[in-house]
Amino acid sequence: MRQLHRGERWLFLLPLTLLGVASLYAQTAKDATFLSTLGELREATYSDKAHIVERLSQTGHRNLRQVLTAFMEGRLYYRNSDQHIFLAKTADEDPLSLIDPITLKSAGIAPNDTVTAIGTNNSLRAALRKTVARFALSSDDTEVRLDAVREMSRSLDEETTTLLRVQEKVEKNAGVKREIATALALAALDGTDAKARLDAVNTLKGSISQDVRNRLALLLGKSPDGAGFVESDKKIRDAAAAAVSNIDMWRNFYSGVETLFFGLSLGSVLVLIAIGLAITFGVVGVINMAHGELMMLGAYTTYVVQLAMPGHIGLSILVAVPAAFVVAGLIGVLMERTIIRFLYGRPLETLLATFGVSLILQQAVRSIFSALNRSVITPDWMSGSLRLNDALAITYNRLYIVIFTLIIFALSMLVLKRTRIGLDIRAVSQNRSMAKAMGIRTELVDAMTFGLGSGIAGVAGVALSQLTNVGPNLGQSYIIDSFLVVVFGGVGNLWGALIGGTSMGIVNKLLEPYAGAVLAKILVLVALILFIQIRPRGLFPPSGRAAEDK
Amino acid sequence: MPSSMSSPSYGILGHDRGGAWFLAILVLVAVAVPVLNLAVPPSSAIHLSAFGITLIGKYLCYAMLALAVDLIWGYCGILSLGHAVFFSLGGYAMGMYLMRQIGPRGVYGDPILPDFMVFLNWKSLPWFWYGFNHFPFALAMMLVVPALLALVFGWFAFRSRVTGVYFSIITQALTYALMLAFFRNDMGFGGNNGFTDFKDILSFDLHSDKTRVVLFLFTALALGASYLACRGIVESRAGRVLRAIRDAESRTRFLGYPVESFKLWVFVFSAIIAGLAGALYVPQIGIINPSEFAPINSIEIVIWVAVGGRGTLYGAIAGAVLINYAKTYFTGVFPDAWLYALGALFVLVTLFLPRGIVGLVSTNRKTAAPLRVQAQKA
Amino acid sequence: MKRSAPSIAASLLAAGIVLSSAASAQNTIKVGVLHSLSGTMAISETTLKDTILMMIDAQNKKGGLLGKKLEPVVVDPASNWPLFAEKAAQLLEKDKVAVVFGCWTSVSRKSVLPVFEKDNGLLFYPVQYEGEESSKNVIYTGAAPNQQAIPAVDYLMKEVGAKRWVLEGTDYVYPRTTNKILEAYLLSKGVKPEDISINYTPFGYSDWQTRVAAIKKFGSAGKKTAVVSTINGDANVPFYKELGNQKISAEDIPVVAFSVGEEELSGLDTKPLVGHLAAWNYFESINTPANKAFIQQWHTFIKNPKRTTNDPMEAHYIGFNLWVKAVEKAQSTDVAKVLAALPGTETPNLTGGIAKVLPNHHITKPVYIGEVKADGQFNVVSKSPGTVPGDAWSDYLPGSKDIEADWVSLNCGNYNKVTKKCSGQNYK
Repeated sequence: MRQLHRGERWLFLLPLTLLGVASLYAQTAKDATFLSTLGELREATYSDKAHIVERLSQTGHRNLRQVLTAFMEGRLYYRNSDQHIFLAKTADEDPLSLIDPITLKSAGIAPNDTVTAIGTNNSLRAALRKTVARFALSSDDTEVRLDAVREMSRSLDEETTTLLRVQEKVEKNAGVKREIATALALAALDGTDAKARLDAVNTLKGSISQDVRNRLALLLGKSPDGAGFVESDKKIRDAAAAAVSNIDMWRNFYSGVETLFFGLSLGSVLVLIAIGLAITFGVVGVINMAHGELMMLGAYTTYVVQLAMPGHIGLSILVAVPAAFVVAGLIGVLMERTIIRFLYGRPLETLLATFGVSLILQQAVRSIFSALNRSVITPDWMSGSLRLNDALAITYNRLYIVIFTLIIFALSMLVLKRTRIGLDIRAVSQNRSMAKAMGIRTELVDAMTFGLGSGIAGVAGVALSQLTNVGPNLGQSYIIDSFLVVVFGGVGNLWGALIGGTSMGIVNKLLEPYAGAVLAKILVLVALILFIQIRPRGLFPPSGRAAEDK
Repeated sequence: MPSSMSSPSYGILGHDRGGAWFLAILVLVAVAVPVLNLAVPPSSAIHLSAFGITLIGKYLCYAMLALAVDLIWGYCGILSLGHAVFFSLGGYAMGMYLMRQIGPRGVYGDPILPDFMVFLNWKSLPWFWYGFNHFPFALAMMLVVPALLALVFGWFAFRSRVTGVYFSIITQALTYALMLAFFRNDMGFGGNNGFTDFKDILSFDLHSDKTRVVLFLFTALALGASYLACRGIVESRAGRVLRAIRDAESRTRFLGYPVESFKLWVFVFSAIIAGLAGALYVPQIGIINPSEFAPINSIEIVIWVAVGGRGTLYGAIAGAVLINYAKTYFTGVFPDAWLYALGALFVLVTLFLPRGIVGLVSTNRKTAAPLRVQAQKA
Repeated sequence: MKRSAPSIAASLLAAGIVLSSAASAQNTIKVGVLHSLSGTMAISETTLKDTILMMIDAQNKKGGLLGKKLEPVVVDPASNWPLFAEKAAQLLEKDKVAVVFGCWTSVSRKSVLPVFEKDNGLLFYPVQYEGEESSKNVIYTGAAPNQQAIPAVDYLMKEVGAKRWVLEGTDYVYPRTTNKILEAYLLSKGVKPEDISINYTPFGYSDWQTRVAAIKKFGSAGKKTAVVSTINGDANVPFYKELGNQKISAEDIPVVAFSVGEEELSGLDTKPLVGHLAAWNYFESINTPANKAFIQQWHTFIKNPKRTTNDPMEAHYIGFNLWVKAVEKAQSTDVAKVLAALPGTETPNLTGGIAKVLPNHHITKPVYIGEVKADGQFNVVSKSPGTVPGDAWSDYLPGSKDIEADWVSLNCGNYNKVTKKCSGQNYK
């Protein structure tokens, strides 16, 4: 009651300044009930909260949707000092920008520790999602309406069917319309009219959704008493059976497409981690065992960049790419100037020295960042998936990494083939003394090449930070794969790395459903060993003079 | 170079002062360890505990492994980054014998099946476990399995003239593939846990100090014998061909030598030494599991050899013992900093001691001299 | 003849370290800490090393134990299993420590077990594990499967209504055993075999696309599906990321994990995990005075107010206190006397209730189920009525249901009630 009084007092003041006086009293009463019910959430248990939500939705308050959505998304808070309930604009910032639940206007900011979040659990969120979906039907955003219809079609009852029927009449978007038709057809399957049921099955035939398939398959089962079938009409059963097999066929097709994409995305990771190595290993002839650690540095750079710009996570990844290139590139140049340049022409000894460097780098990040993994946040634009249809969705992070790999590959090619430094790099790698005689500063070129390869390793690290743990062992888990890709593709050949990595990824993913993850990997390794017996210098063997020296 | 090769009257150690010193020290250690453990009372300050024997025994096993790698890398130019495979296979063969020796004393008391099989609900012993309860068979397997793998792998690789870094990388792939395979519980090798909790070997209690001393002596003996065998090989006519292959493979081929056979046989012999080292390692350490196959382990072996001094045999042994001692010491004293020390050591040795630590003191430059030439061809 | 000094030096040094094991000072009690500080397990184990150092520090400030100061002996087994055995032998034989707190993975424990039994040492093992073991020389302060896995499955079955199960694990002994126990348990509860899917992936597995798609497919059969995850450490981050990206929310298919705690969550972006579950015997978010004090003590000791606490840390806290009490009871740090004093020793948990050492060398623990919150903490949604006694040998496995461990009356960790035989013991 205490809260109620305070709410009333507060609400008296507010409308006087903001609104006219017309519907003041009715509005105020409604707001007061709404606020007091909302207030009960503070102390309630989870099951009580579900009841409170029920009661809230019965108030029919105009802000119900915003408030419940905020609750569902964990953005509902109360202020510790005066127990007032607020929404927050976003949950994960400090201080929070508060929004008043009645006026929906900004209510200032509050540091995180002065407010308490009103918690939810899984079942409560599921209930909220259902409730919110009903409001979302009237949203202007097509995607939101689409999601709402999908959500509602999972739990169809009288009320939702009626809502959907109403919406069907006013809906303009074809996609949403189709989704509503599917939902209504699903509801009609329970009807008594055989004609309507047959129509429903025919409507559902074109769908490729798993839910629809499961629902149709249920019709084919025996009825609980064991005497007949769930669906008594044979004609409807036949139609349903045909629909089920049609859906199965399409789903299988799309799952094949999905597997190919999985392979492509694994392949693109392999290509990405191999490009830098292909340059240092292939062009300069250095076996850089610290390559993995340079990727690790790139990943840590992403972490540091995110720390430096906490409010702009979405942007941070884009900033991290050049930053990682510079950090890893500089370390690479440093390695080249202090260690590797004394070891040219002794590739196996570079292996030794760079292995030493890799140990030092690992321990260095352990000393600086501790042995614990660091949390790199996935920006919103990289999470979730691109839904192509009911059976196929492509996750954004994988999609972006495939694109990113292609960009990095194209840029590396461009640098090597179309720029002055690229020309110098190729000249030095083909014939060092001749290049020197032509006036190329080979020392500088060596450092640049090594810096370029290392920088690309760093950039690969940024991508890896979105896929896996950012910790001191990150490099070790990728180093062998990257060497294998380079050797498979042919040392010193970027095209080899591209085709080698992609095909290794696809073969691995094609085998995985049958052989399991480990056996698939082993089979790929064995195939690789055998392949090297047939083509000892990889897919694209180095040719010409360079081949003789290596 | 030729003078040292054509003087059989000195015996195989005639110009191998480092080797002579190594053997002398080995004999000294082999005498001192049993005495310090068995004859000196435990209360004495110079008593050597079982822990000490195990530690020295472990170093000797690693030394054998380094020897095996130096034989092919230092003398034939084959850089294997997968030698831990042979070591582990030898170890697994020994482990299988030791597991069968547990008999009904396992946790579940099954007379035939090792505990991990009972636990995975296996009803009978897989075929590849047959015979491992007999020591002679198991002993044969400790040598035959690594040799066979080396033969098949080497035959393919050398015949196809896979050389240099390509060979190194596919040996890494080999060890990586085997590690993944042995990690699988379905393989029948105990998965991640591997084999442990051994009870006895040839009916001798593995935990008694006497058994440990005997195992240690066998290890010392095996190391000494392997050293002499390797020295014998490199000082022989065949050894000269190996070095010729290392320094100029194509030229040797054009001279009419069957390069592939030479490489193959030395590779197989090296694998056998590695397998034997693994077989001796397991009963002393008391556990064998797939992480022994880890690709990084094989790289470490190469580093022992390089730090000690490639192409000298005794240098490899010195490197293995020294680095592993350093590891033991640093992990005990500066647990947080030992990777810095180790990393810096590798960098400094490559930069300033290209012929390894023994290169600092050895006058025996004849065998080490061609390193540079060879390296440029590698 | 010129000497090859390095090889001499090397061999002599090797012999030297062993000889240098001078008699230890008698005015301190040495406490061994056997946790990896480098390598793959350093992520988890470093924290436990610090926990024990904190406990020792606190005990010394209280005046030590039996009038002596405690002296930590920290070694780094570097996530290398044979090295665990070697370092254990070093602690017991060279440093002659009174007790060792250490190990995390099952294989590391299996590796040191023969050493502890031979040298008659005392090990406190702080991590939830697969059971099927009871050694005379080990006190298991982490959860046995019946203290973590089974209550979690019960919760999913009763509260969430799960009917279909994916048991997803890393391929090693802990997930294998846990999943076997759970499979037998689920079958006994009437779950059909086709509604259980068991799958294993290797350590550090990072490409979860195919597996998550398979889980999604398995979960779309129309029955409520839950995933029981025994995925180890590093593989978790990419797993949850993939779940999030493929839009599998905790409301659709909840995942209950046994190896994901506050420490692991601090290293990852928790957004995709919100609502997923974990079963533990301790959560940092549980509000008790003892827990608050412990967190405060930890933050002061580690000089970082953001560091989290977790379940294995509490296990070490309990283990250390149990050991101190047993030593005080026995008035000696002699392992035999302490081991005799340990069964029956009690100490309070951080989250309420009493941890008591049972005759099978396991302890009693409360069980909590928590939902992951966006801030990386857990929201406790279920709690066991009292504490649950740890069961060394699972009742749900055919091989071990007749086996019993009792170091008080039977003096055996592996006693078969049917054949009345005690097997698998090296030392009595």
